[in-house]
Formats: sequence, C-alpha cells, structure tokens
Amino acid sequence: MQGHSHYVPKTGIGKWFDARLPLPRLVYDSFIAYPVPKNLNYFWTFGGILSVMLVAQIITGVVLAMHYTAHVDLAFNSIEKIMRDVNYGWMIRYLHANGASMFFVAVYVHMLRGLYYGSYKAPREILWILGVIIYLLMMATAFMGYVLPWGQMSLWGAVVITNLFSAIPVVGPTIVEFLWGGYSVDNPTLNRFFSLHYLLPFMIAGVVALHVWALHVTGQNNPTGVEVKDIKKDTVPFTPYATIKDAFGIICFFILFAWFAFFQPNYLGHAVNYVPGDPLVTPAHIVPEWYFLPFYAILRAITFDINLIVFVIPSKLGGVLAMFAAIAVLAFLPWLDTSKVKSTAYRPLHKQFFWAFVVVCVMLGWLGSKPAEYPYTVLSLIFTGLYFAYFLLVLPLLGLFETPKALPASIADAVLEQERKKGGAPVTAGANAAPQTKG
Amino acid sequence: MKRFSLVLAAAGLIGLSAAMPAAKAAEQLNPPRYGWSFAGMFGMYDRAQLQRGFQVYKEVCASCHSVSLLSFRNLSQPGGPEIPAAQVAQIAADWQHKVREIGDDGQPAERAPRASDRIPGPFANIKAAEAANGGKAPPDLTLMPKARSYERGFPWFIIDMFTLYQEHGADYVKAFLTGYEQGHETPPGTHYNKYFPGNFVGMPNMLQPDQVTYSDGTPQTVQQYAADVTAFLMWAAEPHMEQRKRIGFQVLLFLLVFAGLTYFTKKKVWKDVHA
Repeated sequence: MQGHSHYVPKTGIGKWFDARLPLPRLVYDSFIAYPVPKNLNYFWTFGGILSVMLVAQIITGVVLAMHYTAHVDLAFNSIEKIMRDVNYGWMIRYLHANGASMFFVAVYVHMLRGLYYGSYKAPREILWILGVIIYLLMMATAFMGYVLPWGQMSLWGAVVITNLFSAIPVVGPTIVEFLWGGYSVDNPTLNRFFSLHYLLPFMIAGVVALHVWALHVTGQNNPTGVEVKDIKKDTVPFTPYATIKDAFGIICFFILFAWFAFFQPNYLGHAVNYVPGDPLVTPAHIVPEWYFLPFYAILRAITFDINLIVFVIPSKLGGVLAMFAAIAVLAFLPWLDTSKVKSTAYRPLHKQFFWAFVVVCVMLGWLGSKPAEYPYTVLSLIFTGLYFAYFLLVLPLLGLFETPKALPASIADAVLEQERKKGGAPVTAGANAAPQTKG
Repeated sequence: MKRFSLVLAAAGLIGLSAAMPAAKAAEQLNPPRYGWSFAGMFGMYDRAQLQRGFQVYKEVCASCHSVSLLSFRNLSQPGGPEIPAAQVAQIAADWQHKVREIGDDGQPAERAPRASDRIPGPFANIKAAEAANGGKAPPDLTLMPKARSYERGFPWFIIDMFTLYQEHGADYVKAFLTGYEQGHETPPGTHYNKYFPGNFVGMPNMLQPDQVTYSDGTPQTVQQYAADVTAFLMWAAEPHMEQRKRIGFQVLLFLLVFAGLTYFTKKKVWKDVHA
C-alpha cells in the first residue's frame, strides 16, 4: 500500500539528512503522501482522536505526578491539594480523570467500527491484535489510575480486582501477595500501582507505534471493505485530506470532552471516592468505572461451580476465566469470522447481529452497575451467554449461511454509485455542489 | 422491519429490568430536588448565602465537625464567600479551636490560628473525636456534598448528562439536615432521619428556628439554615467551580468556532474529490 517513496529532499541539509537518517522521509511518506481510501467516513477519525487523547493523558498525567504523593496517608489529601492550591490543578486533574473516560468512549467507537466494517480480516489480523493489546494495556492503566486518589472506591476496587487473581489454582495466592507487596492492599500496593500507572502509557505509545506501522503497511480498510485497486482513483493523499478531516473529528470530540470536564466533572466518577479510603469500612456497592461494567457483569455472572466431571471449576475461577475470555476472544476474531465479505454494509444478516451485540454490551454494562443479587445475576448469565454466542456461534456460522449483497467493483465505483443515488446525475470534476457522502 | 423488531425487543428488555428493582427501592427515600444558585451551566455561588452558611457552620456544626481541607484565607478568595481579608484575619484570631502544634520547648502547645492556617477542627485527633462521640468520629465536612449521592436510575442518569443536574450531593445534605423525625423507635444513641441510608444516625437534629442570628434579615428558619450551610459546604468541596464554569464556557465557545472553521475548510479541501 505504501509503495515507492516519492519524497525528494529540496534543501542541502535535507539531502544530507536523508542520506543518514531519513526521518523527514518517514514523516512525509506516513503523514503526507500516505494514500487514504477516499470513502472513509467519520468513524475513521477515531484513530486520530485516540492518538491525541493518549498524548493529552500523558501530558496531564506527568503534571499531576509532579504534585501527587503516593502514600496511603497522604495520597487523598495530595489530590485535594491539586484541586485547591495548585494553579489550575482542578483543570488538569478533571481533564485527566474525564480524559480516561473519553479515551474509552473513543476506543469503543473505534473497536465497534472495526467490528462493523470487518477491519480485522486479512490482511489486518496483526493490526487488530495489536489493537487488542493496546486495549488490555489501557484497561490496566485506567484501573491503576483510579486507585491512586485512594478514596473508598479506589481502595475497594483495588481489593476486588487484585483478589481475582487468587482464583488461579496453585499460584493464585502467591500472585496476589506479589501484586499487593504484602498481605493486604496497602502502601506497597499503592506505590507499585503508581509506578506502573506511569510506565504503562509509554508502553501503550510503543504498541500504538506498531499499530500505526501495521496500518501503514496494509493500508486502511474502508466502508465498502473492498481493497484499494488503483491508488489514483481510490485514494487521496493523507495531507491535506485526512489531516483536515481528522482535525474536524478531533475538535468535535473535544467539545464532548469539555462538556464533561468543565461542566459535570464528577458525573462519570463515584461520589464515595471523595471519602478517604478506609480498610475497615466497606462501601455499600463496589462498582468499577463505567467502561469496565460489562466485564464486571461477566465476572459476577458465574455464581455456580462448573462440574466438568474430571475436575470442578469453582464459581470464582469460572467468573475470572469468563471475564478474561471475554477480552481474549477479541484476539481470535479474525479467524472466528468466516465471512469473506468485510463490510457489514453488504452483510444484511450480520447487520442485525451486530446491533444485537451492541445491545448485549449495553445491557451487560447496566447489569455490571447493579448489586450481585437476583434477578441481576440471572440476567448477567443470559447476556454473558449471548456475548460469547456472538463470537463463537454467530460469526463462524454466519459466514457459511449468509448471502452477501453484491460488492462494488472498486472504491471509486462505490463513491460514484453513492453520488448518483444522492445527487441524481454523476458529478463532474470540480463541480462545487458535490454532496459529501458520509462526511 | 427486522431491525425495528430488534430495537423493540431491546427496549422491552430494558424496560422489564428497570421495573424489577422497584419493589426493593422503598427502604431509602431519595432527597427532593431543591433549587441551587450554583446549579446548571451558568450557576454561580451566592456570596451572601455562603457567608451565612459559614456562620451556621461556625456556630452549629464546628462544635463537632472539622472542615480540615479549608484554610481561613480561602474565605476571602474570589469565587467563594469573599469575606474581606481583614475580617478573615479577625475570624481566624477569634476562632473557637486553637492550632495544635509542638512548641519550641518540645511540648504540645496551642496558638490562635492565622489566616494562612487550615481551619482547626474541634478535636485534637481521631481518638479524641471518637471518645467524645460514642466511638464514632463525626466525619470531616469539606467534601461532603461531593461525597454523597443517590442513584438516579434509568432514564434519569442519561437525561442528567444533558441537563447537567449534578447537585445530588447538595440535595442529599440539605434533605438530611431537615429530615429528622420524632416518634420512631430507634436503637440507643441514634436518631431517626428519613433520608439517611438505614435511617438511624448518631448525629442528633442540630438545627432549630432562630438558632443563628442573621444580620441581613434572611428568614431564620431550619430550611434556610440547612440550605445556607449546604451551599457553604458545596463551595468548600468545589472552591474553583466559578472559575471552572467560566473557563469551560470560553473553551466551548472557542471549540465551536474552531469546529465551524475547520468544517468549512474541510469542505473546500474535499470539494473536487468525488469524481
């Protein structure tokens, strides 16, 4: 896709540099000349949005770390000092806390876009798996970040999540002690979480670099799922076309971000986390942040021991396995989906199942926020079953039975077709009334 | 059509599951929604109310509760009660509790607070607070309206995102302060409050009419005291709210204009692509 480099250094310094370290060439080829399918819709701006959010989180996070004290007796008040006495500290902290949520909003849109348009299919399997790894790292980072203020939900969230590992047979308790740095969630736990919370974002940045690299090798998928055939006809150069479109997407996303960070900064948090962490008082409901709720529901859905005759999986281990499997299954998606057609726009049956899957995820999220009691546990089990059925039954079988719609011959054809439908007559080059299809 | 039936099925499921917890919800009463000057996108604190609220805190609450994250100097900062600095210095000097520190001779000592000091609470330490209150220390109040909430439920929690309703905590605190009821059987050492989760609370009803004398002619009712002290605590919990909303509005305005300009630039750049 990337093809032959067309970068021609113009100045003497440029030529000198290009012969030694062709960094300007890399930038030119990746962000200026890089060909982008011309039919991308606005869901394709979320990659850019996520990159910007990662940078924003790192910048606000580095500043917060300058004022934060990682100690169980001081952490809570050091956060309050940031909120009260550090210049614009309230803004930095609210941007960071809400930025985490916005990061997940964007990543869920990004993932669902990949799911809808089959962006994980050959030749983009590695690209997709790198994305799943980024998602996992993001979850670890966000979880440990939420522990740092050392409020009640920080502390008890850490207790619940670290205890999950104790379900692992034989080595579980040892792993948990290793995570804690002792025999309960305490100061050593907070210290290592702070250290890892600072480390992981840079690991994310590294995997993002690989993700972007893989993307630039295969080229982007597009709403038709038909690969680029003729670079001249099917694509436009990244700059200015994708740059300006991404910029618009990012600014719109910032409006949403600002709406939360400035006008309801605590909406996405938990009130009880403004109570200092107390190991002797358990909060009434221990609930993770909203972006973990579907997995929390899956974790708690297994309330019974699973008897496999040879051995028995205790309910706690069953829940933990189900939760990790719910994430791991994403990595196998390229091979679970048997359909040859990428884009769901041409898969009438999958369209139904895709939206049903979205509803299942939302329902799991809602169930994750409810106490672990009847009827929520039963509903959680049903929706957990539906979640896995989508990946393990629907996607493998649908490819065998579904009759897809006719695919366009090329991206250029699809664009022309769409414009004909919208605008009546085919639009000639330079016509100023060209309607923007999907942006 | 199939899509439509799916949506219907989903809506049905949500409706069904939303109806289920209704039977259980009766035990805790949700606070009513009060009007607050600081509610909404442009809501700001009412200075006079914050000053009255501070007076209520000082004369009623401060005998048991600390506001340990607040310094006297905060009282004169912009966006708060904005009591003049000279007056704040006097308030600090006359404060009913002393600053406890280690004196030059190495012995525990006390001195009158200065404006730069954190507001000293009633107890020297948590043990003293527990011993004086039947084993349970009265909680610090600085973050109280942010640390309390109640569940709004579907679909309100979605609507709140757009209407910016976020005074759950303030509503709860005011409701709690006015929610005491006589004539209920209570375990020893507790009092009945219809808004407190579980209803039995160690703190007695502290607010009586005409208990605090307002100098500005505001009605000296329990409702008024509760509202004023809640507003004061909301400011104590979120002292930079006014600046936050002001900057937020500028940010939104900038982003909207920027988005508009970028949109039309994008349109121009893409004008002759589709052909």
